[in-house]
Amino acid sequence: MVIAVAAGKGGTGKTLVAVNLALALHRAGLETALTDADVEEPNGHLFVKPAISEREDVTISIPRIDEELCDRCGECSSFCAYGALATTPARVLLFDELCHGCGGCTMICPLKAISEEERVIGTIERGRTPEGMGFTHGVLEIGEPKASPIIAAMKERLDPGVVNVVDCGPGTGCAAMTTVQGSDVCLMVTEPTPFGLHDLLMAVKMAEELGVPSLVVANKDIPGDTEVKRFCAEHGLEIALSIPFSMETARLTSSGINLVDTGEEWQRTFYSLYERITPMVGRGSV
Amino acid sequence: MKQLVVLSGKGGTGKTTVTASLAQLLKPVVLADCDVEAPNLHLLLSPQTDDSFPLKVSRKARIDPDLCTACGACAESCRFGAITTGDPYRVDAFRCEGCGVCGFVCPEEAVDFFETDGAQVYRGMTPYGPMVGAELAVGEEASGKVVTRVRMEAQLTAHEAGLPLVIVDGSPGTGCPVIASLSGADLTLIITEPSLSGLHDLERILQVAEHFGIPTIAGINKCDIVPELADRIRKRCGELGIEVAAEIPFSGEVVEALRGRRPPVGNVPPEVEEPLRRLALVIEERTAVATG
Repeated sequence: MVIAVAAGKGGTGKTLVAVNLALALHRAGLETALTDADVEEPNGHLFVKPAISEREDVTISIPRIDEELCDRCGECSSFCAYGALATTPARVLLFDELCHGCGGCTMICPLKAISEEERVIGTIERGRTPEGMGFTHGVLEIGEPKASPIIAAMKERLDPGVVNVVDCGPGTGCAAMTTVQGSDVCLMVTEPTPFGLHDLLMAVKMAEELGVPSLVVANKDIPGDTEVKRFCAEHGLEIALSIPFSMETARLTSSGINLVDTGEEWQRTFYSLYERITPMVGRGSV
Repeated sequence: MKQLVVLSGKGGTGKTTVTASLAQLLKPVVLADCDVEAPNLHLLLSPQTDDSFPLKVSRKARIDPDLCTACGACAESCRFGAITTGDPYRVDAFRCEGCGVCGFVCPEEAVDFFETDGAQVYRGMTPYGPMVGAELAVGEEASGKVVTRVRMEAQLTAHEAGLPLVIVDGSPGTGCPVIASLSGADLTLIITEPSLSGLHDLERILQVAEHFGIPTIAGINKCDIVPELADRIRKRCGELGIEVAAEIPFSGEVVEALRGRRPPVGNVPPEVEEPLRRLALVIEERTAVATG
C-alpha cells in the first residue's frame, strides 16, 4: 500500500503528518516504511533519526564529445530540446545542468563522436530507525535542478508488501506528480489560511488528474467555520483529521519531537487516520 | 535596476508575507511571483490584471495509432519510461520530457510533437507597483522556464516604468525553479525559522546561493518559537559572514491579517513591523537604490 502525503504549499505540516502516521502504524505492529520524497528539502530523518545502511547514487547519462571525431556539423545541438548543447566553429559546448540525459545527441551524431558518461544528480539513502521502521530518503545534489529521476528511482524501490508512507515535495509540479502518481490514496495537508486553501485547490486538481483518491488533513486548525472547511464540504472532500493550532505543538515539532511520542492519544488519533484510509484503497481509477 | 530574490529553502517560513511587507515599505517596486507552483503573493497584494498571455512550456510526444506498427523502437529508446506499449501505444504526458528521441527512432513516422499551453503569464498593478506572475497548469513541469519568463517580464516592466528594484518571491526547495529564480540576482534574502527543519533547509539553500555566488542576507521569522534554535541560526550565519537583517517574532495577528487577506504593514503589531522596517533599510543600503 502506498499513502502519499501531499500539500500544494510548503510548511503546512506534511512531514508532521507523514512521520506521525508512519510511527503510529509501526508501533501498532504493521510493517511500515517511511519514504521522504521531498528531495529538495528532506526533513523526515530529523524526526525519526534513522541509521543509514545503504547509499546509492542516482545518475543520468550525459554526452561526452570526442573532439577528434567531431566535425561541428551541429546535428546534436539542433536536436537537443533543452538547449544543453551549442555548436561553435571551434567545438561543441555542453551545459550539463540543462541536460536531461535523453540520449538523443548520441543517437543522432553521424560521426559517432558522442559517448556518454554518468553524472551524479543525487543520492538515495536507506536504513532503519532505532525502533526498526524502514526509512528511505532521496537527496538532490546542491545546484542540481532535476528532482524527478531521484523520486522515480525511489518509487521503483518501494516494497509493495508493506505500508509505505511517502512524504511528497510541495507544489503540484513534476516532483509532486511523480510522487503521487500510482499511490493508493493521497492525504492532502492544509492550513486555514487563504494560502493553504489556494494550494489545496491545486493539489486536489492534481490528485484528480492522476486518479488518486484524496482525504484532507486540516493542520493548525482553528475552531468554527473556515474557508477550508467550506471548500471541503462543497467539494465532497472528507477532512479525516484535524490537528488544532497550538503553540505547544509548534514548539514540539520545531524541536524535532513527534506528537506520537507525547502520549497514547496521538498514537490512537493517527492510527484512526489509517482506518479511514484503508477503505479507499483500490478505489482509484489508475 | 537591481533584483532582490527572497528564498527560504523550506516552505511555510513566511517568504510571501515578508515579500509583501517589503513591497509596502520600498514602493514603488516591481514584484515577480516566481513561486509558480504555489503562487500566493497575489492573495496579499490583489493585483488588478492588465494583460495576460499563454506560455508554451513543454513539448510532448503523440503517437498516431493508424501509423504505429507496435515495433517497440520508441519504448526501447525512451529513457523516461513515458511510452506504454499495448494496443494502442500511448505516451504518458506526465513522464514525457519532449526530447524527441521516440520520433527520431520511429520507422513509420507515427510520432509527432505538440506544445502545451502550460502557463498563463500575467501583468497587473498593485498599490505598491506592477506585479508579474504566472499560473501553471497542474502537473506542468517546466517551471524553470516559466520562472525565467516571469523574471524577464518583471525586468522589462521595471525598465519601462523606470523603477529601481525588482523583488522576486522565489520557490521553496533548491531545484529547478529556485535556480531559475536566482541566476543573475543582485541580492538574496533568505527567510528562515527556528525549527530543526528550518535549520536543515537553511544549510541547503545557503549552499545554493554560494554555488551561484550571490550576496546573501538572512531574516529569522517566528524567531521566538524555539530560542535555542534561533541562536544556532544566528551562530551559523555569523560563521558564514551572513548578516541577520531581521528577527521577526511570532504573532497571531500576522496569521489573522493573512486570513483576512490584508497586507502585513499597518495590520501587525509594532514588534513585528519594526524588524520589517529595519530589513527594508538594509535592503535599500545593500542594493543602493533610491526608492520612494
